[in-house]
Amino acid sequence: MVSRTTDDYRAMVVAGCAAVCEPAFWAGFDRSSAAGFYDYFGQLTEHEPRRAAKFGLPHFCWLCINPKEAEDVQLAQEVIALIPQFLSRPNVLGIGEIGLNKNSRNELKVLELQVDLAARQDQLVLVHTPHLEDKLKGTRLILDVLRADGRIPPGRCLIDHVEEHTVKLVLDRGFWGGMTLYPESKCTAARAVDMIEQYGGERLWMNSACDWGVSVPLAVPYAAQELRRRGHDAGMIDRLIYGNPKRFLSQCAKFRLPEAAS
Amino acid sequence: MQRRQLLDLYYLEARSKLLDLAAFLDRVERAPGEADFRWDAFHAALARMQASPGGRAAGVLDALSDPTTEPIPVATTKAACGAWPGNAVS
Repeated sequence: MVSRTTDDYRAMVVAGCAAVCEPAFWAGFDRSSAAGFYDYFGQLTEHEPRRAAKFGLPHFCWLCINPKEAEDVQLAQEVIALIPQFLSRPNVLGIGEIGLNKNSRNELKVLELQVDLAARQDQLVLVHTPHLEDKLKGTRLILDVLRADGRIPPGRCLIDHVEEHTVKLVLDRGFWGGMTLYPESKCTAARAVDMIEQYGGERLWMNSACDWGVSVPLAVPYAAQELRRRGHDAGMIDRLIYGNPKRFLSQCAKFRLPEAAS
Repeated sequence: MQRRQLLDLYYLEARSKLLDLAAFLDRVERAPGEADFRWDAFHAALARMQASPGGRAAGVLDALSDPTTEPIPVATTKAACGAWPGNAVS
């Protein structure tokens, strides 16, 4: 949300969104030093919650160095060393979105370091899987890293950006699967509903991408509309767009929603 | 939902996308230029779509994916291009 205007916060509240959960993300350009990440983590844990609160929207976040900036292992190590001091802040849900981007050796090394951090700090994990031609291989490599480490229970880890060729891999190993909805290039609402109908809605949920590129903060409410068009009842829709995220995120004691929304 | 209901919901949208796809293929074929691995990969994906009843979306995604299993030595770019360049040489 750091890239979005307050119009988006207002629209999300009006559409019925109960909270926003913002992962640490690539800014569209590389930060030149660990100090840039220190400031960014401050923005995610201090400034952005205040901005969202003006619209009555609880703001939570995840902290990490994004895989797009993980090729420089020394920088990544400096950033990872900064993270623990922020983990106790009231809106921090865990470590994320870690993962891979181009499936390089250094990205893999940094992923292992961040899985280790999450395990040592007993944090929930949000994982980014690569896009397009890199997704299948990257998803397999990520699942192998998590299995090799073995300290993160699959039920405490959300593997995001699943698509038709990776969703079964993720669910079969006991992880949660996320489908981030985009207006172009990635998963659409209709395809997300296809996957829910094929694989069930027990450990799947949908996210709206709200970044600096072409993305729609109301993608989840629009997906709810798609579920209605496909004949799903209100209980099923509520479970998918509200109950499932709440069930997963409530594993972090800091995830609490106002009475009216819960 | 019944097949008729799904066709009522999605047929015109899918028809429009099918025409866009056909026009894209014509547009690229009309244009002069070098061979491109994305073009070959796209045709491979189209073939997979025809050959994978019940799993067309996964088949298309598989056809456009890097099939290797080892990490690459170094990431020289951040962006994905939508097809694996190795398809052109394998």
